[in-house]
Amino acid sequence: MSDNLTLPAQQGPADAPSPTETLLEVQDLTKHFPIYGGFPFKRKVGAVQAVDGVSLTVGVGESVGLVGESGCGKSTTGRLITRLLEPTGGKITYAGRDITHASRKELAPVRSEIQMIFQDPYSSLNPRQTVGSIIKSPMEVNGIEPAGGREKKVRELLELVGLNPEHYNRFPHEFSGGQRQRIGVARALALEPKLIVADEPVSALDVSIQAQVVNLLQQVQKELGIAFLFIAHDLAVVRHFSQRVAVMYLGKVVEVGDRDSIYTRPRHPYTHALLSAVPEIGIEDGAGEGRERIRLSGDVPSPISPPSGCRFRTRCWKAQDKCATEEPPLVQLSGNRAGHLTACHFPEEPSIEARDEDVVMDPALKALEEDAD
Amino acid sequence: MTTLTKTEDAAAPTGADSFLSVRDLKVRFSTEDGIVKAVDGLSFDVERGKTLGIVGESGSGKSVTNLTILGLHNPRNTTIDGEIVLDGKELVTATEKELEHLRGNKMAMIFQDPLTALSPYYTVGRQLSEPFMKHRGASKKEAKDRAIEMLAKVGIPQPKVRFDDYPHQFSGGMRQRAMIAMALMCDPDLLIADEPTTALDVTVQAQILDLLKDLQQEIGSAIIFITHDLGVISHMADDLLVMYAGRAVERGSVREVMREPKHPYTWGLLSSMPRLDSNIDEMLEPIPGAPPSLLNPPSGCPFHPRCAYRDQVSGTLCTDTRPPLGEGRAAACHLTAEQKQTIFIDKIQPRLR
Repeated sequence: MSDNLTLPAQQGPADAPSPTETLLEVQDLTKHFPIYGGFPFKRKVGAVQAVDGVSLTVGVGESVGLVGESGCGKSTTGRLITRLLEPTGGKITYAGRDITHASRKELAPVRSEIQMIFQDPYSSLNPRQTVGSIIKSPMEVNGIEPAGGREKKVRELLELVGLNPEHYNRFPHEFSGGQRQRIGVARALALEPKLIVADEPVSALDVSIQAQVVNLLQQVQKELGIAFLFIAHDLAVVRHFSQRVAVMYLGKVVEVGDRDSIYTRPRHPYTHALLSAVPEIGIEDGAGEGRERIRLSGDVPSPISPPSGCRFRTRCWKAQDKCATEEPPLVQLSGNRAGHLTACHFPEEPSIEARDEDVVMDPALKALEEDAD
Repeated sequence: MTTLTKTEDAAAPTGADSFLSVRDLKVRFSTEDGIVKAVDGLSFDVERGKTLGIVGESGSGKSVTNLTILGLHNPRNTTIDGEIVLDGKELVTATEKELEHLRGNKMAMIFQDPLTALSPYYTVGRQLSEPFMKHRGASKKEAKDRAIEMLAKVGIPQPKVRFDDYPHQFSGGMRQRAMIAMALMCDPDLLIADEPTTALDVTVQAQILDLLKDLQQEIGSAIIFITHDLGVISHMADDLLVMYAGRAVERGSVREVMREPKHPYTWGLLSSMPRLDSNIDEMLEPIPGAPPSLLNPPSGCPFHPRCAYRDQVSGTLCTDTRPPLGEGRAAACHLTAEQKQTIFIDKIQPRLR
């Protein structure tokens, strides 16, 4: 699996991958949303470079996390992979088949194998349909008649996700947020998919309910061997769920690797900043003691005109001239584990221990802290 | 300010030393479906210069409490009992005019979503100047200088130019900074921050939290910090109040509550949250069920339908009697101190590191 990772630009040669290998391979995936303006005839005046050259792989039965801040293109990547959006460039290979620009007809068999779980359990279920027909409809669309009938299958699914099968004829409004998300999971499982793209599946839920859904997804993943692309902004949840993690910033993957590498030996400054920004529950004296403190300045730049070279350079404390002119390639740095790739000219030390001096980029914070000293 | 001096002499007996004191607060909304008991017998104190954190899930009454302190509820369908004393002034019975004097002046609020909390129609500068001109009787020029000073303080680049911008020209993090600047215009003694970072990205959240903390040290105001994120609260607060179904279930200093939580709900919250250093092989331990409806809250202890340790309490105490919350460090639970100790050491502590 790791071989596929080291060379993101390589061509996917395999016609039929062996079952233990890559299920999904994404190369250089790009999505630019055009912006039209001008008068009297609207012309294309620019593009939102939502996703700009993303490469990643998902193995059979593997769970890959995709983290990043809002606007970094993680959801767009998910939608491109499920082909809910048409890619501008790049290549998506699913089980050896190129589905990048596959037609509706060609996609039909693949669509039943790639399912999606959405963020908002309120808007992703049709309020006019009963739970039964919501879960049943993927089977109807794909003309699948499971042994024992569709209704029986739906009841089994309801039971699997921890809902009462008797609730078959109820409507979504009769359920709470966590239960609705379970319905969404049941719907995604109806076609026995091989890959589920879960786009922030727990972020709309209450804290005490989040854990219920995370556990359910984990159980589904382990028992049914379904591969997951888990998109979330909560680093702790992603760590809990994924074996491999990709960190995105402004349409690009800046670091990818196995869970341990990303969370304990990150190399990219952005990964360091992200991890240090997570407010941890401090059981010991003082919160987050022993971890480095990095405070970036400002917000993520606009993806309409992203910074040249390395996209993180405008907020990076290590940025130099080289960063503005040359885009760092996503490569394996020396001393890193196989499969741990970083796109940075001046990588950080592989440690998240507290530094001698905090990195405080924010001017207001800096001023206040200097006053206090 | 003359109206403020006419306070009743009979100040609250318990809230004498604290700056803000809330006693037995009950807030009820009458709706088509019945009466919603949004807050049901809540008491707490906030000291000057300290931060009180309030955690709870959606619908636990944390936001309603704070809107009530500011007097921002709709009087037509809301009934309020109990007392709220801010610096010797009773707020529940205060007239709208008296409250107007306090809002934005002595107490200010930072809302969750800065895009909807700021008016899209006026420039940021004008929205910042308004409270200062109203409460301090400052001229337009003075207010502008003050606004630019505050914008610079919260870290908005080019504050002079940005003064004339509209909220939509600001990014999410900058809008929240502008909100903080607005709240701090009149040096409020009490700042209520209702989920101020929930809508923000983690890196921006970290900036805003640090900024609030540093500003508090400089200004010395009391902060009520509302959030559902235990990580944020342990970073920000001195004291902590855990709310469930409109009631406080646990109170103490942040360190006490995080180190040795005493209420089953707090246990549940702590062990259901994944952390960056938790054991990955262990499944999360969610709280079963869902938060109750406040139209018809459970009898007795509101947490009893979801509580894993109910069987350790003899008889029907949990379903019949509402456990009281004592003064100081306390948890509203029928379990005895020894039982809590045993459960905590056996089941909870191993999960917390």
